[in-house]
Amino acid sequence: MKKTGSQIIVECLKKEGVDLIFNYPGGAVLPLFDELQGAPFKQVLVRHEQAAVHAADGYARATGKVGVVIVTSGPGATNTVTGIATAFMDSIPIVIMTGQVPTLLIGNDAFQEADIIGITRPCTKHNYLVKDIKDLARILKEAFYVARSGRPGPVLIDLPKDTLINSTEFKYPEKIFIRGYQPTYEGHLGQIQRAVKLMMKSKKPILYVGGGIISSNASKELALFAERLGIPVTMTLMGLGGFPGNHPLSLGMLGMHGTYWANMAVMESDLLIAIGSRFDDRVTGKIEAFAPQAKIIHMDIDPTSISKNVRVDLPIVGDCKRILSKILSFLEVEDCTSYRSALDKWHHQIEKFKVIHNMNYEQKEIIKPQYIIKKIFELTKGDAIISTEVGQNQMWTAQYFPFLKPRTFLTSGGLGTMGFGLPAAMGAQAAFPEKLVIDISGDGSFQMNSQELATLVQYQMPVKVVILNNGYLGMVRQWQEFFYGKRYASSCLEGTSPDFVKLAEAYGAVGLRANKPEEVVPTLKKAFSTPEPVIIDFVVDPEENVYPMVPAGEPLNQMRLV
Amino acid sequence: MRHVITLLVENEFGVLTRVAGLFSGRGFNIESLCVAETLDPTVSTMTIVTRGDDQILEQVLKQLNKLISVIKVVDLIEKDFVEREMVLAKVSATPETREEILRVVDIFRGKVIDVGAKTYTIEVTGDEKKINALLALLKPLGIKELVRTGRVAMMRGSKITTEHES
Ligand SMILES: Cc1ncc(C[n+]2csc(CCOP(=O)(O)OP(=O)(O)O)c2C)c(N)n1
Ligand SMILES: [Mg+2]
Repeated sequence: MKKTGSQIIVECLKKEGVDLIFNYPGGAVLPLFDELQGAPFKQVLVRHEQAAVHAADGYARATGKVGVVIVTSGPGATNTVTGIATAFMDSIPIVIMTGQVPTLLIGNDAFQEADIIGITRPCTKHNYLVKDIKDLARILKEAFYVARSGRPGPVLIDLPKDTLINSTEFKYPEKIFIRGYQPTYEGHLGQIQRAVKLMMKSKKPILYVGGGIISSNASKELALFAERLGIPVTMTLMGLGGFPGNHPLSLGMLGMHGTYWANMAVMESDLLIAIGSRFDDRVTGKIEAFAPQAKIIHMDIDPTSISKNVRVDLPIVGDCKRILSKILSFLEVEDCTSYRSALDKWHHQIEKFKVIHNMNYEQKEIIKPQYIIKKIFELTKGDAIISTEVGQNQMWTAQYFPFLKPRTFLTSGGLGTMGFGLPAAMGAQAAFPEKLVIDISGDGSFQMNSQELATLVQYQMPVKVVILNNGYLGMVRQWQEFFYGKRYASSCLEGTSPDFVKLAEAYGAVGLRANKPEEVVPTLKKAFSTPEPVIIDFVVDPEENVYPMVPAGEPLNQMRLV
Repeated sequence: MRHVITLLVENEFGVLTRVAGLFSGRGFNIESLCVAETLDPTVSTMTIVTRGDDQILEQVLKQLNKLISVIKVVDLIEKDFVEREMVLAKVSATPETREEILRVVDIFRGKVIDVGAKTYTIEVTGDEKKINALLALLKPLGIKELVRTGRVAMMRGSKITTEHES
């Protein structure tokens, strides 16, 4: 049967099981929007295209499904770039459809034309310009497949207006085969066996796990494995939630703002088992001095991650979940009990690190941001989806909220995008209307996408925004305090921000404020029991710092503790 | 180290930019690059000659493999292979140098493919060494213009680089 391009897109989205689209219209995509009216997808009209992508990203992180975005050509398309780059760095599956000027006008500097394929080539997993409507169905199917398979990532489809309007015979491609794209899922058995041997010989092993644990849904296997051998687990920012933060084997986060004991354990370990992590510079510090005594096993689905920054003794390319299952089956025949008891000494050594710096802070008359995070955890018992912005707010959340489950922590790790948290929370809330979704924000970051308050109110998405209002671009101020002689160039916001309570009210949301420590819990309780979106302006200690801190480029054991 | 990389890629628009982007993004210069269709018109071969740090190059090769439009990547430098390049050179031909040019071209089994009032245009094919030797001899005689195709290469023996699943 003949269908227009727009009808084909709707059919394909149905076949993919899409239930939610974040969109923003414009001239070039109007034929598609016209067709989407009445289609069986929930659609959320955002207030800025960047937020559409972050929202789809938050939706994808929280559900594990592919997020979907539709925007117009030119400025609509270019506005998505930060969102796409954010998702790309964190391997999040999204399909972004952009309108484009009609095929015949491409390259003519036509009205609202942008070469979005060229612009997004380095920050998408793949992108497509649909030049022939006959390819449309295949391209859509491929795009979803590429986005979610292998190492996931954003895929963009550029849709010239004529391909939306013209008609062609529609036949849904039931199968796809992309000869240049065949991800490896099964780890090499010989390598896995060698890895098990290395593990059984180690005396000071440590698991260093990243976002790959979450994208491959391998948390259960990871926990079984860690418990079977009694190996302590440290997580990257992206890995938080991949292993329960309150588990006796959890050492919390490692890296620049990692716990003292996690970083020291890495430096002392004799075997580093990296799973779905990529040795980012924020994690390793001075790379030559990273885990100097350790042999390294690295499991990752992406061969380009392996031996990129550090030499790896034993690489295993494949899906973390499948590799871990294989490891578990090989462990059946090993004497895990003796191995576990032999690790007692190692655990004692790590316990001693905890005495040196135990993440304590003093809550006096001004509210400490850490205190707020702790109270949020206590009140929710960890049963909430938490997003963050970027800066101190993000690091304190990572440090003081022990995430218990995967897909409950949404944060921009690789790109570190301020303005991510609010729209990402919106995406998660759209997917889980009944859940408590909280954006832990900064006074700076909040203002990078605060327009989305309108979207929250319009669609009755009761996201709670907790602003840790320190009157500064706090993380920048911290670097300036440490490394630039306390010269706070362009980092002070004190007295310049809007009244966040009034701002909330202006949008039709609820605004709350707390200045004193004893107000923290009642204010949070009130917010959590309010059925509308709420902004809480917590006036916190303006010059509190994030500790520990490994200055950029220093070894992990060179931590500033006060 | 010098690397001669053969790529099989989808024969479609934009692939060259994707491939080149991986080199330029890391500040790698491409010394020569040759692209053309294979026997299978949906597939093209690219032959890329580049020089650079081996570890970084290994990363580039992996990244090339990761591109969805790239079907296969082989670094021929690890294999036994033959390579050829063709040059066209316009050399100034005076009554005194004509003889000499013809002799050089003959030794290198080249051809004079065009004769102007004061020039010969010659065509020579060979590997890097041969081409460089030829150019060294022609230079003193006066090369006015030089165009090189860039290297094409292939494994020796019965091994086939262009084999791939389809
Ligand atoms: C889009 C963007 N611009 C700039 C930065 C650099 N940056 C990192 S943290 C930070 C300060 C964030 O301030 P705020 O949101 O108030 O958070 P705080 O650190 O005070 O908790 C800045 C400017 C960034 N990460 N993202
Ligand atoms: Mg701030």
